[in-house]
Amino acid sequence: MIENLFNIISDHVLAPVVGWIVPEGYAASTLYTLEVLVKIMAILLPLLLCVAYLTYAERKIIGYIQCRLGPNRVGFFGFRFWGLGQPIADVVKLLFKEIIIPTGANKRLFVMAPVLAMAPSLAAWAVIPFDDTLVLADINAGLLYILALTSLAVYGIIVAGWASNSKYAFLGAMRSAAQIVSYEIAMGFALVCVLIAAGSLNLGQITAAQSGSILHWYWLPLLPIFLVYFISGVAETNRAPFDVAEGESELVAGFHVEYGGMAFSIFFMAEYANMVLIAVLTAVLFCGGWLSPFQGLPLLGNVSYLSEPNIFWLLLKTSLFLFMFLWLRATFPRYRYDQIMRLGWKVFLPITIIWIVVVSVMVVAEAPPWFN
Amino acid sequence: MNIKHYFRSFLLWELLKGLRLTGRYLFRRKITVQYPEEKTPQSPRFRGLHALRRYPNGEERCIACKLCEAVCPAVAITIESEQRDDGTRRTTLYDIDLAKCIFCGFCEESCPVDSIVETRIYEYHGEQRSDLLMTKERLLEVGDMAEQQIARDRATEALYR
Repeated sequence: MIENLFNIISDHVLAPVVGWIVPEGYAASTLYTLEVLVKIMAILLPLLLCVAYLTYAERKIIGYIQCRLGPNRVGFFGFRFWGLGQPIADVVKLLFKEIIIPTGANKRLFVMAPVLAMAPSLAAWAVIPFDDTLVLADINAGLLYILALTSLAVYGIIVAGWASNSKYAFLGAMRSAAQIVSYEIAMGFALVCVLIAAGSLNLGQITAAQSGSILHWYWLPLLPIFLVYFISGVAETNRAPFDVAEGESELVAGFHVEYGGMAFSIFFMAEYANMVLIAVLTAVLFCGGWLSPFQGLPLLGNVSYLSEPNIFWLLLKTSLFLFMFLWLRATFPRYRYDQIMRLGWKVFLPITIIWIVVVSVMVVAEAPPWFN
Repeated sequence: MNIKHYFRSFLLWELLKGLRLTGRYLFRRKITVQYPEEKTPQSPRFRGLHALRRYPNGEERCIACKLCEAVCPAVAITIESEQRDDGTRRTTLYDIDLAKCIFCGFCEESCPVDSIVETRIYEYHGEQRSDLLMTKERLLEVGDMAEQQIARDRATEALYR
């Protein structure tokens, strides 16, 4: 369905325009570049919209859990629509605010930091498979690429904290850098488990390897790893209960205290884009991506439209994990800094290392029902 | 005991209990009062905007005893008085600076003639500092406007005073 739409756009909009403007010899390569650009847009625009409405969902859900209503005033055309206009209003407000660069700041790095934080979380979407064919870059080192890019995000934070030339920003940056680096390791080992189980680094093949039924998805054979991965993901995105980097009671807002207006909102968007990324990765790696949960079930599995793989299953699973992010934030108090470090190094790391051995043994022994 | 503890922490037992609790609250009835449309009930003792009252014959009650000025913990009240031609003492100046006032209600309690009172009015604003300086005229105006409500509230509370 979506591929057909791309083909129509490519054949009837891009090709004539390119053929009209670009000289003969360059037409094919220009067309290819434009097609990729259209695909990137088709991924990024919905993603940014999701990010905007994730902030709304967060305020609404946390409000509901605290017996409040959350934003419900700003709507469109004089109607309230349960406050759905709120994210748009917030964006407009932030756009019109001045970006203040502190006198002592390193101007170039200060301006670059939000981009450094935002870019990796968007770039990682290149290898996310939305369907068995619907993927921007079907590369064989997808998992490595993801790991590399999620690690890069920490530079944005460090650079922001350092370039601000402010002690609170610097402390916040140090904290989140230490935290992200520690959880990166547990996360990397968790991904190694998945890679051993699936026998591939390609995200599409990892999902395909999980097909069978809901019990074949890797959440079950890799259960502790699934939990470790998701919790490390929460820590990795600096979300509550691991948000000591923000620590508003002692650090005001952490690494981005000195930022205002759009520069601040890019950090904000990067955080939420990272959340969406972690959620979609958890869905792809552990919960069967686009595979249907009814596949292979005795009764419902026979209904064709329920058991067929579909992009909407992936979106549904992603939303569930995003809801988990918000639910966790509404439930748990912030960890103490040493507890975070203890959890990362003394609990998650040993668990993942042990489980790598267990999974390797299971794979070598071709343990039923998963690895035979 | 030790084994049980390990099992519990690895199965995230306590975390799941916490999540269950907040999950239940997600579906609770919401208690938000949507302010301009809905308002919370007020007590007859509500301490809002100040007013100076009059007797039914139109004579102002205040006798410039300055008890309120003396008792005011925020020193928000300024009074000047003089003797009128009929021999009674009345105020020439009665200012309450709402920017200083802490709405404690001591002025109302101290008043021997029930002249200075706090009404139930709370939806007012000032765009300049001077808008928050209640002069004698403005206080009397508020009193004239809200007299019915003020009298009713004094009557219900008379038992306890």
